[in-house]
Order: sequence, then structure tokens, then C-alpha cells
Amino acid sequence: MEIKIKKGLDLPLAGAVPAEAKAPVAVDCKRAAVVPDDFPGFIAKVDVREGDVVAAGQPLMHHKDCEAVKLVSPVAGTVAAVVRGERRKVLRVVVDAKGAEGAQAPSFAVSAKSSAEEVAQMLANSGMLVLMRQRPYDIVPNPADRPRDIFVTAFDSAPLAVSRVYSAEDAAVMAAAVEVLKKLTPGRIFVSRRSAAQCADIAGAVMVDVAGPHPASLVGVQIANIRPVNKGEKVWTMHVSTLYKIGKIVRDGRADFTTTVAVTGSEVEKPYVASTVMGAQLDALLAGRLKAADHKVRVIAGNVLTGVHEAEDGYLRYPYTQVTVIADGSDKDEFMGWASMSPKKMSVSPSYPGHWLRRLFSPDARTLGGRRAMIMSGEYERYVPMDILPEYLLKAVQSGNIDAMERLGIYEVAPEDFALAEYADSSKQPLQQMVRNGLDYLRHEVE
Amino acid sequence: MKSLRKFMDRIKPAFYGGKLSSLRSVYDGFDTFLFTPRDTSGPVGVQVHDSMDSKRTMTIVIVALMPCFFFGMYNTAYQHWLAAGAIEFPFWEMMLYGLLAILPMVLTTYIVGLGIEFICAQLRHEEIQEGFLVTGIILPMILPIETPLWMVAVATAFAVIFAKEVFGGTGYNIVNVALTARAFLFFAYPAKMSGDHVFVATQPILGVGPTVPDGFTCATPLGQIATAQGGDVALTGVGDHAITAADAFWGFIPGSFGETSTFCILIGAAILLLTRIADWRIIVSVVAGALCMGWIANVFETPTYPGSYLNPADQLLFGGLAFAAVFMATDPVTAARTRTGKWIYGFLIGIIAVLIRVYNTGYPEGAMLAVLLMNVFAPLIDWCVVQANVRRRERRLVAAENALDATEDKIEAEEGRAS
Repeated sequence: MEIKIKKGLDLPLAGAVPAEAKAPVAVDCKRAAVVPDDFPGFIAKVDVREGDVVAAGQPLMHHKDCEAVKLVSPVAGTVAAVVRGERRKVLRVVVDAKGAEGAQAPSFAVSAKSSAEEVAQMLANSGMLVLMRQRPYDIVPNPADRPRDIFVTAFDSAPLAVSRVYSAEDAAVMAAAVEVLKKLTPGRIFVSRRSAAQCADIAGAVMVDVAGPHPASLVGVQIANIRPVNKGEKVWTMHVSTLYKIGKIVRDGRADFTTTVAVTGSEVEKPYVASTVMGAQLDALLAGRLKAADHKVRVIAGNVLTGVHEAEDGYLRYPYTQVTVIADGSDKDEFMGWASMSPKKMSVSPSYPGHWLRRLFSPDARTLGGRRAMIMSGEYERYVPMDILPEYLLKAVQSGNIDAMERLGIYEVAPEDFALAEYADSSKQPLQQMVRNGLDYLRHEVE
Repeated sequence: MKSLRKFMDRIKPAFYGGKLSSLRSVYDGFDTFLFTPRDTSGPVGVQVHDSMDSKRTMTIVIVALMPCFFFGMYNTAYQHWLAAGAIEFPFWEMMLYGLLAILPMVLTTYIVGLGIEFICAQLRHEEIQEGFLVTGIILPMILPIETPLWMVAVATAFAVIFAKEVFGGTGYNIVNVALTARAFLFFAYPAKMSGDHVFVATQPILGVGPTVPDGFTCATPLGQIATAQGGDVALTGVGDHAITAADAFWGFIPGSFGETSTFCILIGAAILLLTRIADWRIIVSVVAGALCMGWIANVFETPTYPGSYLNPADQLLFGGLAFAAVFMATDPVTAARTRTGKWIYGFLIGIIAVLIRVYNTGYPEGAMLAVLLMNVFAPLIDWCVVQANVRRRERRLVAAENALDATEDKIEAEEGRAS
């Protein structure tokens, strides 16, 4: 199967990982954190206390509404802190990767002979289920559900992201995962990739070759072009690294929490790919890697479109694949920046000379304009390659009109599908947050 | 620039909680105009933003209007010099005359309009919005040069308050603000807005410009057509010379300040299209609609309606239709917002504008009314287009349900056979 995405945009950012630096460098993880906010729909109940010794894969938290669903520790060690915010909301659980002698990592026995319930139980207990998402609502799936289809995206087209190459050997591991996941769905398992060279054929899955600019790698865009989600249907989605991890569990009985992270951005001296642990503290990844800067820098856990602003000693955040460091800009005064004709300014507007130049840009994190009502029309739809009218859907969300949201396709979208539109928006509206609020509101009202 | 920044920082406390708190929106307006705000992206959501913002959008529209504006200055003086029977046309003196003629109107719209904007922004605790920057320059350009300033002030205030602020400000208005002001004047003071007395400046300003004989009159080409009695009309300009299509294309004809030169409008259109501020679909469809209706009228030409003798291309050269197609119909806030909707919206503007021109001799120019009418209908057009998307989704749902039923029936049938 092949899909060609026409709408979209590859942001020409400086700070990509050069081809020769794509082999992962192992970076030791001394400390890791699990942030419940990364898992929408997951209401955290903490199972551990400070000082507890945990093994890698041992539960740190469980879901209030479904106890089987666990957030597990990615490293073996001792719980250093349970950080809570207002109204005792759990912000993160931090684990120090030391003093874990004697802790026994949980093991799982599932095979092609296991029942659907056993497979779902394994996914929930091993911390794999939280890495998946259910559409509608873009939330952690319920293990009792049986999704219509499962969609896996095997590449990453986000700005500066690095798509890992999955060999035939890796594909064999993933085939084992596909075999057990098939128990959970009456439908098919679709795996989207750039080409057969980027990800080898996985037995049992439907391979989809996707061409075109970002957001080609977003699973929502792929679903919209393969088999859209209708009202009342549920599909599960995941990144290929999760599929690989499930394959490892099926093969070895134990979960593996290593991840490869692209450390990118215009403020990184030599962008590289690191191999570390999910949720690892960022200072180890960034130590000695940043340019000497006389201005404030911003560390983003993730890519510039969907990532989270973290402190330099913050933590890697879901989906644990990228760190981007750019200039912050909050210490910069630009005289009449709106009138600038500088070729250094990145824009989708042809009124900036930079638009016409084939060059890379180093934008900072400023919003570059005040928030306005939606003035220009057709700005969003250029960047949302789905059969959705983004502007009308967002207006339905803003007015809290559930009926209109349903009719305009709210069940098909996730916040990340609007990230590129949010970047290009000259009215500087927080589109992703609006979609998230709409999804949460709808879930609250409908379920 | 650093000293300016320091100055702005020094006076800031006065506006934030100090004596001048009631002028805070004014300070914010100037501050964000002078310096790109230091505001950065939030902790979640997009971390980099495009360099395009509302200020630049509005500025580009103003830049696109400039060819028409400068030509308007020249043409205002040119018509005045013609009316005075001059043989020599001193360029710089004429430009000065044009500037002196239009400047009071521009200042009036900006002072009245921006004043109201500042007050509303202060009341709503919002930043000043840029929308009026365009309205303020466009309004004088679509008025006859002889419009009294107090009328301009009243119309601006009416339009800004009742067409924009009551709906929530820039981005929420239903009808085009500048056109609302013009329509207000057109219906409230018809004698001052049409006819043969208002389109050519007749007085010297501050000693600049020749004197025009008393009792001078000259109507616009469309005005002449509307008042003609039967048959094809020979159009004449100031000084009774015949108006050619070339005159109309370059713009040396009487008319509202900025609308006469189709050539300058084309330059503006090129700027707007190249920067993607205006949607080409709207401009193309307005032109198509006007040509189409102009052609139909021309095929069924009749002495009852002298306008039907105009060939379709002339419909675009005379009057304000070309200006409306490029600068009015394309206002993104009041136009249709869906792609298909834009085609329908523009085409109907073209059709209705020519329809009014030709078949309603009470209104010599139909472009203003056509755009306002379609502004009102744009949400309806969009609604119909959106419904198509909704129906597609519903059909898909029904198909999926049917498929599910079919498989269930099949399973039941197989189970039945097994038992």
C-alpha cells in the first residue's frame, strides 16, 4: 500500500544530525523520571515511596480507573522523589539508577497461544499500553477494549527528527509482537514506513509506504488516508519502537526500556544520536554538547512542534526520541521585527526573503506576534492533510458545541495533527491546546 | 535603538498601574509596534512560531494600496487642472495638491477610528488590533474627493462601532468596515455621494491649484450611463473630451479617489497575490462573474438600460469593481472562508455588481452593494460547503455500519449452519 501526502511542510531548521553521526552513542543514565502528564487519560496513583528499591519494569504508578494499567520504572534503582504539584497532583516520579541490588525485574510469558485477555494484561502490566494511544480522544487505551485496527508509524518526519532504520532482523522481533497483538483486534495492523529500506517487511502486518512532507509520519494523518475513524469506533496507535519493545517482551519475557534519542537543534555543537533510557535526565545527554552561548537557550524535550520546554536538568519526555535545543529569544529586542526583510527570518509567507531561499534557519522560541482572532482563512488547511476542515472544527471546539465537533470529525484528530498549523498561524492561537481541551471536554461529556 | 528601548522601559510603570493606566492599551500598541514582544512559546505546544503576524499582514495590504493612493493624488489634481482648463500640468504641484486634498480625510479616519479602537481595547483589556490600519486608509480611497470631513468622521465612527466593535473587534465583523462606512454615507447623504458635483475637486487648497469656474459639473462614466436617456452613451470626461478604454485603464477619469486606475489596482493585486494575503480564487471569480454578467447584458442590449451597451471588459475598467475585487472582496474576515465557498462568493459578487449597475439605474455603481450583500451571505455559502464535508463523514459511517452488519449476519448464518 502507498500513500502520498501533498499538504504539509518540512521546516528547514539548522542543527540536524549529520549522516555520519547517526550511529547511536551510549549515554549512561544516572537518573530518570516518569511524568504522568505525558499520558493523557491516565490518572496517576503512586505505588512507591521515596527510598523504595525498584527494578526496571516495576510499576511506579497505576491508573486510578483501571488498576492493571501501570506506569513502570525505566531503570533499576531507588525512588529519589515523588514530586507533587497543586492539589497533590503527581508531577513526576524520579528514580536514581543506583542501589537496586536484589530487585527482580518482572517477567512476562505471552506467546501466540495466549488469549486476548492475557495479551492485554501483559501490555497493561509491562508499561507498554501507556505508550500506545487510542483514537478517538488521543488517550491511553483501555485494556478491555478491542480496537478496530492498530496503526503503527515506523518513521518520524518531524523537524530534525531521525528515523531509525529497522532491519529484517528487527522486523522478525516485531513480527512476534504483531502475532500477539492480532489477538486484540478483529481488524488489521498497519505499519507505515518511508520505504522498505527504512523498515523491512514485518510478517503479519500491512506495510504502508508513505511519501511527502511532515506531517506524513503522524499516525492520525496515516489513518485518515488509510481507514478513517468513524464515530463509535476505536483504533489503537503506537510508534514502531513500542512495537519493537513488545516484540522483545514476547521473545525474552522482559521489557527493554532503552531508546535512541536524536539530540538536535541550532544550539547543539555537534548533533548526534544517543542510546539511553526512556525518561533519562537531560544533563547527561547535553553535557559538553551545547554551543557556548551569550543568550538564553531553550531545551525542548521532543521536537519543536510537539515537544515540551524542559529545564537543562529536566527529563526526556514521551515519546523519548528527540531533544532539541534552540535560542529562547526572551532576552532579545528586535526593532520592528514585523517589518523585517532579513533573510534570516523563517516563514511560510512569501513576503519574507527567507521564504525564497534554500537555506536553514535558527528560529528562537518567541511567538513573533500577539494573539489575534482567526483573521486569515485557509491558513490551517494547507498543513492538515486530512479530510477535515480545521478552522470549523476548532471553532466548534471553542464554542463547546459537541454536535458540531462530532460532525466535523473530532474523533479523527489528535492535538499533534494541528501542530504544523499552529506553527504557521499568523494569529498565534494555541491550536494544540484547543484540540486537547476539546477532546477532554467531549470525553467528559460523552462517556 | 537601545536608547528607545530604555525610554519605553522607563515610561512603562506609568502605564502599568501608574497615573496613565487608562492609556495602557496605547502604550502596548506602540510598544509592540516598535519592538517585537519578548513573549515566548508556552511550556507545551509549538515551540517555534512563523515570522508572519497580523501586523505584517495589514502592512502588506497598505503597501499594496500605495500605487492606487499615489495615483489617486495625481488624478485628483489632474481632474482639477482639467476642470480649470489648464494646458500645463506641473507634476510636483499636482502631487502636492492631491496630498492636501486627501490628507485631511486620512487623518480624520485614523483619528476617529483608531481613537475608538484604543478605547475599546482598553475596555476589553486587550492589545490594540491592527485591523483599522487598513480600513483607515481604504475608506478615503473609496470616497468622492469632495466628501465633507464631518461626514467622513461620522461614517467612520458608525462603521467602526456598529460594524466591528459590537461584534467583538477585528476578526469578528460580518461586513467589511470600510464599505459599511461608505454605504452609510451613500444612503444617509445621497446628494453628497453621487451625481456630478462631488467627484472632481473644484477649490484651490491653501493656495495650491488653479481656480475652477463656478457651476462646473462632471459625472463619472457610470454616472453618465445611469442618467442617460436611451441608447448607447458617448462617455465624456472633464472638458468634454471622449473617454477611451485606455483612459479608464490608466485611470485618468473622474471617480472616487483610489478606484480609477485599473493599472495601479493590478499592481496592488500582484503584491497581494504574491504574498498570499489575498486569495486568488476570489479575485479570479469576481472578474469571471463580472465578465459573465457583462456579456449577458451586452448580448441582450436594450436602450432601456444604457449600461447594457458597455462591453464586458469595460465593466471592469469603469467604476470601483476592480478595486472591490482586489481590496474589498478579498478581506479574509468577511469573505467566504472555505475554498469552494470562495469561488461561489466571488462569482456572485461579480454577477450582482454588474446586475445592479446595468439594471438598476438608481445606483450607478453596484460593486459596494454586491460586496456587502455577499459579506452577509458568505457564512451561508460556507455552511453549505461545510455540510458537504459533514455528509461525506456521515456516508462513511453508514457504510462502516452496513459492513459491520453484513459480517455479523455472515457469522450468524455460519453459526446457524454449524448447529
